[in-house]
Amino acid sequence: MLKINHLQARIEEKEILKGINLDIKPGEIHAIMGPNGSGKSTLASVLAGRSDYEVTGGSVEFMGKDLLELSPEDRAKEGLFLAFQYPVEIPGVSTTNFIKSAVNEKRKYLGQEPLDAAQFLRTMKEKMKLVEIDQSLLSRSLNEGFSGGEKKRNEIFQMAMLEPKLAILDETDSGLDIDALRIVANGVNQLRNKDNAFLVVTHYQRLLDYIVPDFVHVLYKGRIVRSGTKELAKELEEKGYDFIKAEVDQELA
Amino acid sequence: MQEENDDILEQITSSEYKYGFVTDIEADEAPKGLSEDTVRFISAKKNEPAWMLEYRLKAYRHWLTMEEPQWSNVEFPSINYQDIIYYSAPKQKIAPDSLDDIDPELRKTFEKLGISLNEQKRLTGVAVDAVIDSVSVATTFKEELSKVGVIFCSMSEAIQEHPELIKKYLGSVVPATDNYFTALNSAVFSDGSFCFIPKGVRCPMELSTYFRINAANTGQFERTLIVAEDEAYVSYLEGCTAPMRDENQLHAAVVEIVAMERAEVKYSTVQNWYPGDKEGKGGIYNFVTKRGICAGAHAKISWTQVETGSSITWKYPSVILKGDNSIGEFYSVAVTNNFQQADTGTKMIHLGKNTKSRIVSKGISAGKSQNSYRGLVSVSKKASNARNYSQCDSLLLGDKCGAHTFPYIEVKNNTAIVEHEATTSKIGEDQIFYCNQRGIDTETAVALIINGFAKEVMNQLPMEFAVEAQKLLAISLEGSVG
Repeated sequence: MLKINHLQARIEEKEILKGINLDIKPGEIHAIMGPNGSGKSTLASVLAGRSDYEVTGGSVEFMGKDLLELSPEDRAKEGLFLAFQYPVEIPGVSTTNFIKSAVNEKRKYLGQEPLDAAQFLRTMKEKMKLVEIDQSLLSRSLNEGFSGGEKKRNEIFQMAMLEPKLAILDETDSGLDIDALRIVANGVNQLRNKDNAFLVVTHYQRLLDYIVPDFVHVLYKGRIVRSGTKELAKELEEKGYDFIKAEVDQELA
Repeated sequence: MQEENDDILEQITSSEYKYGFVTDIEADEAPKGLSEDTVRFISAKKNEPAWMLEYRLKAYRHWLTMEEPQWSNVEFPSINYQDIIYYSAPKQKIAPDSLDDIDPELRKTFEKLGISLNEQKRLTGVAVDAVIDSVSVATTFKEELSKVGVIFCSMSEAIQEHPELIKKYLGSVVPATDNYFTALNSAVFSDGSFCFIPKGVRCPMELSTYFRINAANTGQFERTLIVAEDEAYVSYLEGCTAPMRDENQLHAAVVEIVAMERAEVKYSTVQNWYPGDKEGKGGIYNFVTKRGICAGAHAKISWTQVETGSSITWKYPSVILKGDNSIGEFYSVAVTNNFQQADTGTKMIHLGKNTKSRIVSKGISAGKSQNSYRGLVSVSKKASNARNYSQCDSLLLGDKCGAHTFPYIEVKNNTAIVEHEATTSKIGEDQIFYCNQRGIDTETAVALIINGFAKEVMNQLPMEFAVEAQKLLAISLEGSVG
């Protein structure tokens, strides 16, 4: 589904990704972990097509297409979804309206008829249950005045509505209390199937207690320095990142 | 990505003004220039009674003693008032007895603008007075309205048919001597609309006037007068467009509203005069005086405006809150792009007790445009317990445009509560990227964000207008982010 081959990227003059290799197949959940500043969020942003970052080398294939050639909106419509670490507020635009535009833009791209109001509401009701989100929240301006937990749940709700092939969760657990974390993870687990895949970017292991990954990769200094199963995450939790940093720095030296 | 954004910007800003066509129709014009003779010519063309000519001449003589005001935050080369044609009327082959007799060319013009002069097309339920250049060419639903006692006709007709009402109210809210442009308008106005809603009547449909400038080198000086007697209600809409021309054209209108006891008048404008081209060449100078008076207790006047056109907009729809417990409202979205300039806002003059006013102004600037809000809230000595709430928000697209706010507050009664809030924001790249990531392209994203920003004002517009106005906002601005 997603093949990242020696991906390099920088912001302004600063090299951040220094050759990432990653292969994600349908049905898999991959977790990217790493200390602050290792390039985790950069990887998520580059895949989504944020223009602040310049890709300086490597390639990314998504569903058989050259991802880097696609505009951010086309990437989204091809089925790539990013749950933002810091979801933005758009005053005056109701969440419902926003999601409706998004859903119908995607349908148009795929050559499908737009959903009418009744169909849309039905789908919405169904997905609302998944993330235990309230109707009143969806009538309010997008993310405006939402609590941290509400914003994150809203991201997962949008993901549920858009049914992406690959969802990237960028530190979705940050700022969540344990209940919100459980709700978010539940949503993800229910949406999981054999045809879609998830890339979970996180600093802490605790999210992985709820969303169990098939693979765990450790990102450090712009490279994936270790890959393994969920046991690797457990090891990190126990020992901290320092032991890996030390090992890698030694290898590099 | 940046390049792509710029492309969209290029594409959209170079998209042609949709209403810029010219109707090829023979016109009956006054010679260029302004003199007593011009005033007499116009009055004679309209076959006006002597009192009307007197009114005009008095205004003209007063105008001669005045100077063009210079205080606004707009810049334009000086206007040569002798280089303007003050009267231009499309020549109709026969005087139309009914709507069916209207020149097909004119009918087509309005159809192209999306205005139906055909009463059969009742879906919208809006009565229309269609004004082209200096004259009204058609007014629909007159008969049906007259059944409930509502008078809705062109100003020329009103002067002939209802002289007692015109004498009583014309200039009663905006005196001819009020300012330079009202004096000019009072001297040379050639048409416009007159609405009279008698006591206790709720006007059964929306009334609207559609203004169209067609002829070159002409100025348009229309006059609108709305009178709502006790407990009457009317919602009135105004729309306007003009052809694309390289020369600037002057539009100096006067609108007066009188609301008696417990009467309510809602006045909505969607102003889309030709804004000039990308380099700032051409466009309409829109110098308008609009004022209403809540003459009786518990009266309410509400102005809603969506201003997207004109190279220069200079106007302040105002309310004089004379009746106790009367209410004045002003809701405005002013959009400027390219080299457009807007200096617009309102005046709320609190004279009566317990009077309330509310001002919501949303300015959106893009390109190299300048957008100013200028507003006055005045509370007189006797206006105890007056309340005002003002909110002025500015949204900037790009970094070459300007947004300015000039609020003036004069309070002479210490029981007054006056609140003013102002914000300035920019459409953020983060917002755009967030939309992009949900599959919404940049153009649509900008439209979405703009409409969200302007929503509070758009919600005030009658339904049919709101949809049009939303599209208009999008067209005026899409892709201006870069």
